[in-house]
Amino acid sequence: MIPILEAIDVRKAYANHVALSGVSLAIPEGSIFGLLGPNGAGKTSLIRIITQITGADEGEIRFRGERLNPGHGIQIGYLPEERGLYKKMKVGEQLLYLAQLRGLSRADAVQRIKHWLLRFDLKGWAEKNVEDLSKGMQQKVQFIATVMHQPSLIILDEPFSGFDPINANLIKDEILELRKQGATIIFSTHRMESVEELCDNIALINRSRKVLDGPVGVIRNQFKTNTYEVEGKGKLMVIHPDFEVIEQIERENGHFFARVQLHAGVRPNDLLRYLIGSVEVEAFREKIPSINEIFIRRVRETMPETLAEQTV
Amino acid sequence: MASKFLLVAQREYLTRVRKKAFIILTLSVPLLIAAFGAFMVKIAQSDSSAEVVEVRDDSGLNLAARLVSTPQLTFVPATGTLAEAKRGFQQAKHDGLLYLPANLDVENPNNVQFFGKGNISLKKQLAVESALNKVFSELKMQKTGLSQEQLDRLRSAVNLKTISLDDTGKEADSNAQATTGIAYALALAIYLFIFMYGVQIMRGVGEEKSSRIMEVMLSSVKPFDLMMGKIVGIAAVGLTQFLLWGLLSAGASTLLTPLVMGAGEDQPKTEVAAASTRLAGPTTAQNDQQNAAESPKSTPDSKSLLANPTNRFSIFSTLGNLPFGTILFGFIIYFLGGYLLYGALFGAVGAAVDDQTDTQQFMFPITMPLILSYLIGMLVILRNPDGPVAFWMSMIPFTSPIAMVIRLPFGVPMWQLALSVFLLILGFVSTVWVAARIYRVGVLMYGKKVTYKELGKWMFYKE
Repeated sequence: MIPILEAIDVRKAYANHVALSGVSLAIPEGSIFGLLGPNGAGKTSLIRIITQITGADEGEIRFRGERLNPGHGIQIGYLPEERGLYKKMKVGEQLLYLAQLRGLSRADAVQRIKHWLLRFDLKGWAEKNVEDLSKGMQQKVQFIATVMHQPSLIILDEPFSGFDPINANLIKDEILELRKQGATIIFSTHRMESVEELCDNIALINRSRKVLDGPVGVIRNQFKTNTYEVEGKGKLMVIHPDFEVIEQIERENGHFFARVQLHAGVRPNDLLRYLIGSVEVEAFREKIPSINEIFIRRVRETMPETLAEQTV
Repeated sequence: MASKFLLVAQREYLTRVRKKAFIILTLSVPLLIAAFGAFMVKIAQSDSSAEVVEVRDDSGLNLAARLVSTPQLTFVPATGTLAEAKRGFQQAKHDGLLYLPANLDVENPNNVQFFGKGNISLKKQLAVESALNKVFSELKMQKTGLSQEQLDRLRSAVNLKTISLDDTGKEADSNAQATTGIAYALALAIYLFIFMYGVQIMRGVGEEKSSRIMEVMLSSVKPFDLMMGKIVGIAAVGLTQFLLWGLLSAGASTLLTPLVMGAGEDQPKTEVAAASTRLAGPTTAQNDQQNAAESPKSTPDSKSLLANPTNRFSIFSTLGNLPFGTILFGFIIYFLGGYLLYGALFGAVGAAVDDQTDTQQFMFPITMPLILSYLIGMLVILRNPDGPVAFWMSMIPFTSPIAMVIRLPFGVPMWQLALSVFLLILGFVSTVWVAARIYRVGVLMYGKKVTYKELGKWMFYKE
């Protein structure tokens, strides 16, 4: 299947710095894609190229196999990190204006605005000025503006920053619903933990380069370190030929929490058998690395000198 | 896409004309203009017709009939004895009482009395004295044997008829006042329009930036369309406002002025008119001078400026001789060209800065040529519309919108007009190009103190 969006060796430089140095990506149709990386990594630059706010210096973006052109604009819905509304404009009029700019006819737009305002509990607010709305309501209006023209690709830049938890959940549900209807979603964020459970695929970007990409499950398995978390009662022997206790935390009443890394060739059941013999096991699970941990490890491997300066 | 550009322009237009501030401003300015106009009329009226002086003539020389009323001063006969007249003129709200005593000596008339309410103004005193002097000098001249007819012939009234001679030797009535007035009005209109609405463009862009809607917009509209849509939309707002101001001022003036005129006539004008027909004699020299200044065709018989049809006709005939087609065509070109040129620059400034207070440093180089061309236009070009200053300023695109419209009513050689329009078009195309580049980069630039050097770099950013 042709990916809905493909970036091929995209490069972009500004006067004083390089924003993207040869980034290639493929975003499968109907997936939720996480574009992850610290602030200043180049995520927003890439998105602005995809939304055609700027152009790439080199490389190519393909939308469903076609070279990206202005005609694709209306198939993309973009909620920027710097998002706002005309403060002195009525909610209904503003949505109508934005919908018409995205190619909807007036009649269509009116219909959909009605639908969305009802859905987000904003029905009585259409005639109010945006500045009279609470911040949470404004966020809902911004989200409606992003998706009301039924784009097949929705790009959300730092979607949950600034959203209150209730709205964030509401938006999450809507996003999942939109995916069910066939839309593809790109999340761009530096807070990797906020989206990793939602994403099917991710790409990690650091310092203008892609450092890793693929399906979340595959990546996490790839970066498994054969480490297990154990909780129980008693005390673990610190030295053993088959495994190494990386960390052990003693808790009240003789309880403990430990992270244990198996040596090569040792199976989890071997550890379990040993544990059963020496302590009372209350919990035993494999430690799967978080995307954030994978990111740090990956960056340390590929460019160890840069990590010290970074705040992840 | 053209339709997006139109949508943007439409929004800019509609949101602005529906604002309360717009409606209030649109309604209040014509009222102010009409009120000001009415005020001026009233002043003119009180200046010209308010002074009514009663005359009690006991001299037996029939002096009262010889006193000549002017628009500023009207003489009416007093009724009753002197004592009654003293009370009577105050009750009738007249401005004074002139008493010509019985033992008046024509050769040495020093016992004439003038009664007025409170202090009598010097102006009033001089006017009455002048009227009396005339009567006495006429009397004395008649005593030497001159007939009234000879007296009338002795009086001279010089009228300069000004005629403009063009290159082909064709003659046309010229009226420096009318031409200057038109030049002034056109320049002021362009100057005000560019300033008022240029600043609105800048504010509008600034608001979009500070409300953080730019990026949302730019994902569906090209920056150029967004900028031009705003400029054109605001121009339409301005044109609407100017048009409404024109119509409403005219309407309000026609309603207000008669009211004021009526109020000014609460004094017994009809009575005055009736009485003054008897008093009215040949016109005064003062009257003649006034008419001569205003009108090349006024005759010594003219009673007043307003009542003189030939005078009005002369101004209209002068207006008719102005190159109206060229003026109108030129005004539209320079109006639009100048607005686009400056509007784009104002838009660029709005895009370049984060904070409205930072606009000052960039505003200065934009407003400078505008203010200079207005000032120099008023002080130099208006006086010498064919001089070198006028020529060069009407060629430079930044100053030509004002400099050239000042020159237009005075007549401008075709080649100069063509060259100037060409340069203006070149000028606004390039400023729009430069502004669009600054705009494109600036609208997404936050938290950076922009310098001129920075702006220069933005010009050469790749798309």
